[in-house]
Amino acid sequence: MQKLVDKEIIAKQMSSRIIRNQMFKGLFFLSTLFGLLVLGVLFYRIITQGIGYIDLDFFQNFASRRPENAGIKAAFIGTIWLMVVVAPVSLILGVGTAIYLEEYAKKNKFTSFIKLNISNLAGVPSIVFGLLGLTIFVRALALERSVLAAGLTMSLLVLPVIIVASQEAIRSVPKELREASFAMGATKWQTVLKVVLPAAIPGILTGGILALSRAIGETAPLIVIGIPMFVAFLPKTIMDTFTVLPMQIYNWTSRPQTEFQDVAAAGILVMLVLLILMNSIAVFIRNHFQKRY
Amino acid sequence: MNVTLLRSQSEQDEKTQMTHMEKEFVYKTTDLNLWYGSTHALKNVNLDLYENEVTAIIGPSGCGKSTYIKTLNRMIEMVPGVKTSGEIQYRGRNILDKSYGVEDLRTQVGMVFQKPNPFPKSIYENIAYGPKIHGIKNKKVLDEIVEKSLRGAAIWDEVKDRLKENAYGLSGGQQQRLCIARCLAIEPDVILMDEPTSALDPISTLKVEELIQELKKDFSIIIVTHNMQQAARISDRTAFFLSGEVVEYRDTTTIFSNPTDKRTEDYISGRFG
Repeated sequence: MQKLVDKEIIAKQMSSRIIRNQMFKGLFFLSTLFGLLVLGVLFYRIITQGIGYIDLDFFQNFASRRPENAGIKAAFIGTIWLMVVVAPVSLILGVGTAIYLEEYAKKNKFTSFIKLNISNLAGVPSIVFGLLGLTIFVRALALERSVLAAGLTMSLLVLPVIIVASQEAIRSVPKELREASFAMGATKWQTVLKVVLPAAIPGILTGGILALSRAIGETAPLIVIGIPMFVAFLPKTIMDTFTVLPMQIYNWTSRPQTEFQDVAAAGILVMLVLLILMNSIAVFIRNHFQKRY
Repeated sequence: MNVTLLRSQSEQDEKTQMTHMEKEFVYKTTDLNLWYGSTHALKNVNLDLYENEVTAIIGPSGCGKSTYIKTLNRMIEMVPGVKTSGEIQYRGRNILDKSYGVEDLRTQVGMVFQKPNPFPKSIYENIAYGPKIHGIKNKKVLDEIVEKSLRGAAIWDEVKDRLKENAYGLSGGQQQRLCIARCLAIEPDVILMDEPTSALDPISTLKVEELIQELKKDFSIIIVTHNMQQAARISDRTAFFLSGEVVEYRDTTTIFSNPTDKRTEDYISGRFG
């Protein structure tokens, strides 16, 4: 039999192929290292600057003109208030939309057009959502600068992310499981509730928590709808005004006194810990409840 | 090939005629046509399926055998762009009629799929799923249904000590028998099986085949298989599909020993397919 594969060429190429393999390994390692280094510097600066201000008083004091008395009580509690509105509103609307699009809507051009637009919305600058919130919730519905108005605006902002994540999770449930349920005479709703959702819930919750962490960190839409930065009281109902952590941090960083830079660093630290906590919950849910098929 | 002619031919067979007289139809298919978009997948199918028998449907890939069995419980509707004409009477009622509720039909007609598809739930919950969605809530009744169904599918002894464990821990063959048990749990009239052993090893296949022999006492079974030996081993009657048409349909012994149509003979003797 005639041999078409020339062993000499293979031998000649071997070493350069292996070198190229090593080169790209190094390249990818360097890209990772770059990100890690920058992150490391950021952490170092924030921790050295802010750690001195973190004590019990920092959580118990309202904002103050004097850096040594300044605290994040209003902002911290305000963030929790915001989440109380954003979490249920965005999850219910988002998961509901995803279920409708994946399970009920006819698979036609119009549906794919809507799906495409939802993915696009996830990339719209947050300030645009702020303008939308200002027009609809603050002005048209006269909710003023309340927790409710801010919460609804933030819900709109994270809704596309939650919808897309939930769609992915629902789509990853094997179609064989739906067939098994339908073949036993189950209705669509029974199939969604008892088969699709239990299998999709880890993915939905992971996406949901990541979306909520985004809502915690956003400032722009809240500035647009006019949420105050200097607040020395706590909201009593969702119709009261309030402030949140990133707003408070933004306020501190824009002050002339250098001490306030350190207070801001302390605020950033609190927020980072909060975000790491939420993301850890997302990772935990993904690892422990994910079903493999 | 004129199928009506085939039917009358087989009725001339005295032995077959005897069985015809004793047994009732579960399904009576008249001039069934089915299109996927513009593809004509089933062409003028006429088939009568009998009670308490195993009917095998054989034929090469793409001949429409899976399409046909999925029409019998209307699972075919999940494929977008499917159109049908003609009639399928199940116990005297046309199931292709819009007024026939699919949920109602599928309570009578269970289905076992090609790949074992247990739910990612416990073994117990897998079996109890069917009865539960139909409104049976009594824990004692459910317990009884679970045991009866698992016994019926000859898997009780293997799983009785681990009913609370996830069904994904079972082997492929056990999973398929679990799926059969899940199907029995709604106490259907007919069981449709779409190549139920094609994903299984020979020993598991044997167990499922033995089980099918056992089940036909209480259920009417329609099985699609690409394995002709399997059809010959387990079925009472065999339909040979080719390019969406029924080429030949008669009792299994006759079709395998003395096929009338040249194409059936070629397929059975392994000349194509």
